[in-house]
Amino acid sequence: MRLRRIKAIAVKETLQIRRDPISLLIALLMPFMQMTLLGYGVSLDVKHLPVCVFDREASQNSQALLKRFQASEYFTIVEGFDDYREVTTALDRGTCRIAIVVPQDFSERLSDTGSSAVQALVDATDTNTANVAIGYAQAVVSGFSASVELFVESLNGNPVARLQPVAAQSRVWFNEDLESRNFIIPGVVALVMALVGAELTSLTISREWERGTMELLISTPVTPMELMLGKLLPYFAVGMFDAGLCLGLAIFWFDVPFRGTLGTLFFTTSLFLIVVLGIGYLISTAIRSQVGAAQIGLLVTLLPCTLLSGFAFPIDQMPPAVQGVTYLVFARYYVTCLRAIFLKGAGLVDLAAPILAMILYAGIVAFLAARAFRKRLD
Amino acid sequence: MFERILQMLIKEFLELKRDKWARFRLIVPPLVQMLVFGYAATFEVYHVSTIVLDRDHTQESRELISRFTFSHRFDIVRVAETDAEVTNGIGRSEAALAIVIHADFAKALRQGQAAPLQVIVDGTNSNTALLSLGYLDQIVTQFSADYTTDLIRRGAAGPKGKPIQVTIEPRPWYNADLNGKWFFVPGVVGSLTLVLVVSLTASAIVREREVGTLEQIIVTPIRPFEYILGKTVPFFLIGLAEVALVTLFGTLWFDVPFVGNPLILLLGTSLFLLSSLGLGLLISTVSKTQQQAFAANFLVVNPLFTLSGFSFPITSMPEPLQWLTCLNPLRYFLVVIRATFLKGTGLDALWPDLLGMAALGVALLGFSVLRFRKSLD
Repeated sequence: MRLRRIKAIAVKETLQIRRDPISLLIALLMPFMQMTLLGYGVSLDVKHLPVCVFDREASQNSQALLKRFQASEYFTIVEGFDDYREVTTALDRGTCRIAIVVPQDFSERLSDTGSSAVQALVDATDTNTANVAIGYAQAVVSGFSASVELFVESLNGNPVARLQPVAAQSRVWFNEDLESRNFIIPGVVALVMALVGAELTSLTISREWERGTMELLISTPVTPMELMLGKLLPYFAVGMFDAGLCLGLAIFWFDVPFRGTLGTLFFTTSLFLIVVLGIGYLISTAIRSQVGAAQIGLLVTLLPCTLLSGFAFPIDQMPPAVQGVTYLVFARYYVTCLRAIFLKGAGLVDLAAPILAMILYAGIVAFLAARAFRKRLD
Repeated sequence: MFERILQMLIKEFLELKRDKWARFRLIVPPLVQMLVFGYAATFEVYHVSTIVLDRDHTQESRELISRFTFSHRFDIVRVAETDAEVTNGIGRSEAALAIVIHADFAKALRQGQAAPLQVIVDGTNSNTALLSLGYLDQIVTQFSADYTTDLIRRGAAGPKGKPIQVTIEPRPWYNADLNGKWFFVPGVVGSLTLVLVVSLTASAIVREREVGTLEQIIVTPIRPFEYILGKTVPFFLIGLAEVALVTLFGTLWFDVPFVGNPLILLLGTSLFLLSSLGLGLLISTVSKTQQQAFAANFLVVNPLFTLSGFSFPITSMPEPLQWLTCLNPLRYFLVVIRATFLKGTGLDALWPDLLGMAALGVALLGFSVLRFRKSLD
């Protein structure tokens, strides 16, 4: 391997990038666009869930309860019905996701027996939203319950309401407000960088074939490894710029707390970029020899990067066999690193495992890519 | 005209018949992905790794801890002795949750005072944290209620009379056990189909252009419109077969109920395939090489998939983005496929989504046919 040859290829590639400003512009604008789209769109917070109500009692009590739903930021009452069938239709159509049904004898039972219940019909097709919404609804109703109790007790001349004997006082660490954005945005950065990396390099080799310059390159003494390094270096620079852009957006625009050091961030990001660029290079060399490798490439990168990287679905909740598969998904390691650096302020020592995995990954990909590219003209 | 289209179709299927590798690509990866993603896509929370620090060492504290031990939602991974152990355990992600029972826990309980329980949760994954706090609350509330009834039964110094209580009875419809697989398996069918059909269509036409066979076809009497039809109809049929295959496999393997009308699903699938084909065609008209088509695929398909409501609810997005998702065919298809699987709703509820897909399909196909003609000249 000669440094001089690598440099020559890198200079050539840089010139080519500079002469094609439109491609460069796309490479710089695309992460920006994807970052804003996904950054805003990706959220698991349940807020303003459409609720419809069927108040069969229409008393002061029931109205007070429903007002609490209206006042909660998690629910928005969109419609009131006075027929059970209308409620069913609304749930079927999805115009409301949860229906609160107050029974006819709600207040009567409350004053007679001291306990009363309302019904919540929940559209459970989206199980996660349903689960979270049920929790919020329970909180609203128990708040109401406590206020009724306080009121009754104070009427009885008993100023202190009865307390639940044991109450959990929870403190949340690292993401104090439980904002899903703080946990998902670092994942979005990893996802966007994986896409950008593949996009950047997948064009490099093909361009040579397209324009017929590959013959020229093959006739030079450059070795496959040198060619790869030389070609990837300028794209590494572009990729680092993109990464800076994405991370900057995450920190300054989306306000994700950043507690780590820039050094750790820089190190893990460059490592990830090497892996991603290597994979893009591998795919672009493979596509020529294998029709349909593009399709395979798309299938093995696009969906796994979002589904198996831990970006949205927690890896530790998957069955062991599937957890094994996730070790092959390169984005997984970067997602782990970014999340820990952002929210926990993790350093290089804490991240030793994913960093080693990425180094191993980079080595294997570089080996495969250099092997896949043979200097032949067929 | 039909003769010419028929000839195109025969040519396409002959090509597929000769290409064993292509058939393998069409069948095996989607099935494997269905299997893996069906298991991977879950927001459910079980076996939360938990650290316990019991400073009280009484019957009461042990009773409370045993309730966590027996719950399948929590796994006690460590019994800590010091605060530092708790802090380090959470900091190093050994555990996601820590329960600290202070000294005097039982004493406060026996005197009828409030006995607080300290809980520390790793909020990095906000969704998991939120759900595990909910399950924790259920256990603690149950413990409290049992303790109170126990006190009353023993006639001890408990509160007098029954407490006043308003409760809510949740009735999850369409998926009574809140089984996440029922939600995600139909979604995986839609997403896989989108990725597959768009990439197939995009790369096939670009390939003919790249290899140079497109010019050979253009010199035949076939018209651009007929060419496109001949090229897309096979993909339409492949797409239908693919949906049938993956749906059948996913439903049987993961035990997802199918309560709706298969004909409505067929209609929805056809409309969805129409818009996916249009999208693939559009990509093929803007890309010159397979490589470009590949890159364009990435750029387009990823936001479509992420912003479809597959895992992130559309209602949680900001308003402008919600409007933007109306241009996403997958958004409509997910509504249709989930509704036919789980809700069994009919055309009266699903017509807006079907209409949306039809409109998108016509617009995308029309636009790309126009563009295709231009790119031929």
